[in-house]
Amino acid sequence: MGEASLTKTFEFSASHRYYRDDWPEEENLRVFGKCAYPNGHGHNYLLEVTVKGAVDSVTGMVLNLVDLKQVVEEVLEEFDHRHLNEEMSYFRERIPTTENLATTLWDLIGQGLPEGSSLARIRLHEDEDLYVEYFGGA
Amino acid sequence: MTHSQGLVYLSRRYRFAATHRLYAPELSEDENQRIFGKCANPFGHGHNYQVVVTVAGEVDAVTGMCCDLRALDDVVARHVVNRYDHRHLNLDVEDYVDLVPTGENIVRCIWGLLDGRVPGVRLCRVKLVETRDNSFEYAGESE
Repeated sequence: MGEASLTKTFEFSASHRYYRDDWPEEENLRVFGKCAYPNGHGHNYLLEVTVKGAVDSVTGMVLNLVDLKQVVEEVLEEFDHRHLNEEMSYFRERIPTTENLATTLWDLIGQGLPEGSSLARIRLHEDEDLYVEYFGGA
Repeated sequence: MTHSQGLVYLSRRYRFAATHRLYAPELSEDENQRIFGKCANPFGHGHNYQVVVTVAGEVDAVTGMCCDLRALDDVVARHVVNRYDHRHLNLDVEDYVDLVPTGENIVRCIWGLLDGRVPGVRLCRVKLVETRDNSFEYAGESE
């Protein structure tokens, strides 16, 4: 049987702020606008995780959804209801833009997936009008 | 910490409201009615259109962004939304003087209006949502 992909959606909430300490205030405001306001702001992020793999001939599944749910929820537990700039080590050196958050989640979720399945796409919605997709390195 | 590299795809939704009429002057009245149905009614009808624009770029190491959102907003506003919003596409917009403003043609026109205009990124896909149930996508000629 061939390969198939499967997408599951998750939700979490977090704060972020777009700001570079090595830039003057005006430069931060010019580039990042409202996103640079001092105390950050939050989103309800919607995360779509797409996993691909061969369909198991016994179970008929690419992977057990319970396993996927466990892997992703363990990763998101670290991010949920946090201020990404202030509380997360991943964003000490990088701004927690939606782009950077998507690639970080790719790395963390990808390494936890059970054998035989791999990530095909991460789609991270910041709000209903903006999302970022990552398909892995070039 | 090391992290993944490579292209990131960013999609943003925009909106405009417009009237169109599906009517091909080279066809007879009967044929227009048969092919386009209610969409051929003489005075046209309107939709709240949504345009989802997808661009791809490398994430800038300094800003953490793959696309200057203000530049993207500005290009889409100037070249698409301001051009189409609250217009009758057949009567008010030169793009459709000789072209039926179907979803297919609108999505390709929007591609043409945006392609090459957003600095620093590649236009990957334009999706035009006409109603809850109808949408059209165009990814350029190569795909």
